[in-house]
Amino acid sequence: METTYNRRSFFKVSAVAGGGLLVGFNWLASYQSAEAAGTTQAVGTAQALADLSEINGYIQIDSKGLVTIMSANPEGGQNVKTSMPMIIAEELDVAWASVVVKQAPLNTKAFVRQVAGGSQSLRFGWKTLRLAGATAKQMLVGAAAKKWGVNPNECKVSEGIITNAKGEKISYGEIASEAAKMEVPKDVTLKNPQDFKIIGKSTTNVDIAAITQGKPLFGLDFKREGMLYAIALRPPAFGQKLEKFDATETKKIKGVKDVIQFGDKVAVIADSTWAAMKGQKALKAQWKEGTKVESTTEHDKKMLEFLAMPSDKPKRLDGDVKAAFANADKVIEKIYQAPFLPHNCLEPMNFFADVTADKADLVGPTQRPEETRKQVAALLGMKEEQVTVDMTRIGGGFGRRLMWDFALEVAEISKLAKKPIKLVFTREDDMTAGQYRPASKYKFRVAIKDKKVSAYHLTGTGTNGQNFTRENFFPAGAIDNLLMESHNLESNISVAPWRAPITNFLAFAEQAFLDEVAQEIGVDAVKFRIDLFEQAKANAQKGVKFEYDPDKSIGVIKLVAEKANWGKPQNGVYQGFSTYYSHNTYVAQVAEVVMQNNQPVIKKVICVIDCGIVVNPIAAINQSEGGIIDGIGHAMFGDLTFVDGKPQSNNFNKFRMIRMPEVPEVEIHFVPSLGDPTGLGEPTLPPVGAAVANAIFSATGKRLYNFPFAKELGIQGS
Amino acid sequence: MATYKLIVNKKKYKVDVDADTPVLWVLRDQLNLVGTKYGCGIAQCGACTVHLDGKAVRSCVMPVSAVQKQEITTIEGLSEKGNHPLQEAWKTHDVPQCGYCQAGQIMNAAALLASNPKPTEEEIETAMQGNICRCATYNSIKAAIQTASTK
Repeated sequence: METTYNRRSFFKVSAVAGGGLLVGFNWLASYQSAEAAGTTQAVGTAQALADLSEINGYIQIDSKGLVTIMSANPEGGQNVKTSMPMIIAEELDVAWASVVVKQAPLNTKAFVRQVAGGSQSLRFGWKTLRLAGATAKQMLVGAAAKKWGVNPNECKVSEGIITNAKGEKISYGEIASEAAKMEVPKDVTLKNPQDFKIIGKSTTNVDIAAITQGKPLFGLDFKREGMLYAIALRPPAFGQKLEKFDATETKKIKGVKDVIQFGDKVAVIADSTWAAMKGQKALKAQWKEGTKVESTTEHDKKMLEFLAMPSDKPKRLDGDVKAAFANADKVIEKIYQAPFLPHNCLEPMNFFADVTADKADLVGPTQRPEETRKQVAALLGMKEEQVTVDMTRIGGGFGRRLMWDFALEVAEISKLAKKPIKLVFTREDDMTAGQYRPASKYKFRVAIKDKKVSAYHLTGTGTNGQNFTRENFFPAGAIDNLLMESHNLESNISVAPWRAPITNFLAFAEQAFLDEVAQEIGVDAVKFRIDLFEQAKANAQKGVKFEYDPDKSIGVIKLVAEKANWGKPQNGVYQGFSTYYSHNTYVAQVAEVVMQNNQPVIKKVICVIDCGIVVNPIAAINQSEGGIIDGIGHAMFGDLTFVDGKPQSNNFNKFRMIRMPEVPEVEIHFVPSLGDPTGLGEPTLPPVGAAVANAIFSATGKRLYNFPFAKELGIQGS
Repeated sequence: MATYKLIVNKKKYKVDVDADTPVLWVLRDQLNLVGTKYGCGIAQCGACTVHLDGKAVRSCVMPVSAVQKQEITTIEGLSEKGNHPLQEAWKTHDVPQCGYCQAGQIMNAAALLASNPKPTEEEIETAMQGNICRCATYNSIKAAIQTASTK
């Protein structure tokens, strides 16, 4: 179907020096109008965008036909710098080869949601990027038609060449400066997705040549004239404060320019990274207790106490849970536990700042430049207009760079040193300075009556989080009597979003538990899930509310069972099943395990995804496979514990990461769809831990309840 | 401080640095060759991999004073036009996600292929196990090495 959008005028158009067309488009406003006109599905945008301001992006076409598309969002490997411009180029109808993509600066007046997080870039950008491309195309065609004195409807476009009924041709480049004088059209027609040529075609990362040749792209690569390097010494334990320090030895190191205390931290400023690193090591500091230092053993004890306690305000309560448990034939109860995790972005935290009396220029890798600017302005007592935050390519985000602690630190150091400063975290600093995936625990209880789950009771707890459940996700809606509760354990160990927050462990726990429940009842794991989703469908008819679409869940489950030949594995192969909905995307997986030297080895993961239309298949596969292997790596090996406030791992010799020999084959299938795209950066990660654990159970008879599995399995090096 | 003469990507350099300065930081801070990355500083992640007379070494733990007359090759000097078979295969397979570890991955793989032009899957895994990819592009890296090994 073709969709015609009737918009208010959200596009600003101007001529480019030397002849050309520049189209600015108001992203947020076009969203609101489309929603108001009922032409786009309400996807919670009004709520999600409520705190965001006015937006414009732009497309520029020069007289030679070169198309420049600004990429507004931070790029950290999600491929937005390629996939989002592809959407514009599709509707604009140009050859991808004639497109150049540039990273846009932070500009809240020009762009919306310059955030890399929540797997939402494509989902939020979809309609607006299409409209932007289509509007520009309509103006170009309009200008050509005017020149020819024909009706625009008689004109056709292919790869930036407009052809009229007589067969005359004109290129976008030739007509661009005329198009800039056209009135912005009120009605814009979008392509029928069936006709997409760029969307749906695997397109190589626009930065591939620069990456493979080692060009300076990342924050750590950024340099500016007169810049000095800073390495900071921070309290070694959470809760500690700086008592005093002695910089005598540090100042003897050649290249060290200054040593500056800021709060409870000390910055060593030097003319090279190495001198600053040596200077940090040579500092002699004494620390005192500020707040109480905490240990993992105490956290564990407190969290287990929480799991035994009812909460005053359940996150969800359906039906009569008490009665269902009282009438149960059998009750199954299990506890699942996860440690803190560092993000371990391979590019350690770093940021540049040049703070002077009246302005602050910041440059670096951030998933959230707008919030960073706000926070820096607040710290420095400046107006936001006095602060700039430019985005470099991000050497991995995973949620860590949704935080802004490093930007505040460098701003403060630059202000005190009165110099342009690049703050660099050593790997040890990066792993010990905080902002972790919270430690968490879950207790699941189900009541079984007549071989069916009659009640479901989930209690979650973790450090510094208000809700460790997902009360509108499955199995909410599928089970009539359902209670979900959450307890917050306050901690002075700082936490941050970590790829697929909450669900990165909750999904494992739930899907491992349901596997055990299915086994207890004596039902096939896949059939057990389908029956529950069918129940959810029936309950939805009765008005029960939940977030997911059971038909889509059933769709991915059935397809993965087919692709993996579920229940009929090859000899010596053991299968495990898992499914999860998150970030508006449906995922089902089957993991295959074999036994080697008496240990389970993960050989393959088959994964089916329903994420709407797939914009850039090769990038989508990369994201999906990355999420799966990341999920397996952290489920198998990831562990960060604390003793007296001190993190017990500080580098990759003490924190095991998954490496090539441990990586299984991954097979990805997308459910064919022309629906609007949904999230993909995160949703394959949550379920995979359970697919693996369930396969390991099938192979060994051992149930796994805690991350990391390697510890439970007694695998060496864990 | 002392003066060290280095040959990097076939060019001669003189640098005034402390003897213990790792080659990594000489490359990045002094010579402005920032393609070689810092990841861990203790030879655990492979992001800093360069070639010393064609052999893969971890530049983060190699003091500049330990380099004698050996030639250093970095990602910037792996090929003149960025078209080493591995760089080409990286494009074919669209390997990178964030891209930060990839220079080290490519340099390590290049040293492997130089000594073993047709490695088996297991040989690739063994040779590459010192290189961490946090985005987990491992299967694409393996496939790209296999593609390059046929060229």
